[in-house]
Amino acid sequence: MTRISLTVDGAKVADDVEPRMLLVQYLRERLGKTGTVIGCDTSNCGACTVHLDGTSVKSCNVLAVQADGAEVTTIEGLARDGELHPVQESFRECHGLQCGFCTPGMIMQSVALLAENPRPSEEEIRLGLEGNLCRCTGYHNIVRAVQHAADSMDTPAAAPTGGLS
Amino acid sequence: MIPAQFDYLAPTTLEEAVAALAEHGDDAKVLAGGQSLLPVLRMRLNAPEMVIDLRRIDALRGIREDGEEIVVGAMTPHSVVAADPLMARHAALVPAAIEHLADAQVRHRGTFGGALAHADPAGDLGAPVLALGATFVAVGPTGRRTIPADDFFVDLFETALAEDEILTEVRIPRRTGWGAHYEKFVRVAHQWPIVAVAATVRAEGGTIAEARVGLTNMGSTPLRARGVEEALVGQPATEEAVRRAAALAADGANPPSDLNGDADYRRHLATVLTRRAVLSAAGA
Repeated sequence: MTRISLTVDGAKVADDVEPRMLLVQYLRERLGKTGTVIGCDTSNCGACTVHLDGTSVKSCNVLAVQADGAEVTTIEGLARDGELHPVQESFRECHGLQCGFCTPGMIMQSVALLAENPRPSEEEIRLGLEGNLCRCTGYHNIVRAVQHAADSMDTPAAAPTGGLS
Repeated sequence: MIPAQFDYLAPTTLEEAVAALAEHGDDAKVLAGGQSLLPVLRMRLNAPEMVIDLRRIDALRGIREDGEEIVVGAMTPHSVVAADPLMARHAALVPAAIEHLADAQVRHRGTFGGALAHADPAGDLGAPVLALGATFVAVGPTGRRTIPADDFFVDLFETALAEDEILTEVRIPRRTGWGAHYEKFVRVAHQWPIVAVAATVRAEGGTIAEARVGLTNMGSTPLRARGVEEALVGQPATEEAVRRAAALAADGANPPSDLNGDADYRRHLATVLTRRAVLSAAGA
């Protein structure tokens, strides 16, 4: 057993874990954070995507011991004070899901994508979500949801000024 | 699936890591970002008794200039390498290849040195690093040694690193102002290339003065297309001239045959992708 301590969705946690325990197992089985799902179990599908120290990772491809000392955000930590994150809101608004299984990973990767590139083109969205598979093939509305989120997160100060003054 | 049980160490210095590797020898695996190793462990294709994690060794991370070389720490994540201004300026072929490596999550987590030490012949970093004439630095119980890229890749998943050595950095000679392009052929998103070609070119007024070309997945290791490189020197950066040189791309290669394509198909792909990569690198 190895002792780990980390922050998950803003709460400090510490546990003794087997070194072979995957981060996704730790989140689901120890912390009960079942919002993060296991899709393919081969690190292909991206359904288990979480943020580790501010960047997106596939939590089925990270050991819990590798997250020692880190800050983890899951889909369950995105909403603030009962308010959905703008990306969550946009997935609902644009019907960016069908069965919903890929949605936690899609949303976590979309949040990471928009943090790196706040105004992505359609192609950049599709490339940015390359590591997330939707077996319902509902990609068009997922892309629209990310575009909608980019618009809604765009503050007036950051928007380009239009026309001459 | 879940990996078989193993013991785990996360030393904070390279010396401790080297000592641990020497002590556990064959029973140990070195863990970098884990994006190749963890799938291997989960599928139980390998079951080491000890995993030595390098993540706490800060000295293995980062990119710096040292004389005529750009030095990439082995534990630097792909996404950091790709975004580094030194790389863009002096070794543009590397970020060009990383742009299409796996997917965003894997690029955040996977490391430059880890991918190269894994030595998957379909991996996207081997061909560019080989083409750039990089030097690999390894540290073991008897000290530090350098390995030229030409000697580093030995066979399928096999490098010149000894069992008790750790790859610490990769030193890339500056090719400032050279154009670069990585042309990758895949059928499925975020997949390994069926074939890919890494090309970097120094053009002088429409003429190719120097060229370096590397091939991905055209044999059991990444390959240099030396015949193409030599044929390109002094040629105009035109479709016709580059096509003639690119026809030599598969000479001496021994590509695999698999469900994605047989060896002849890969040989054909190599010539087409080489033409595209060189023309794009030359800005034509």
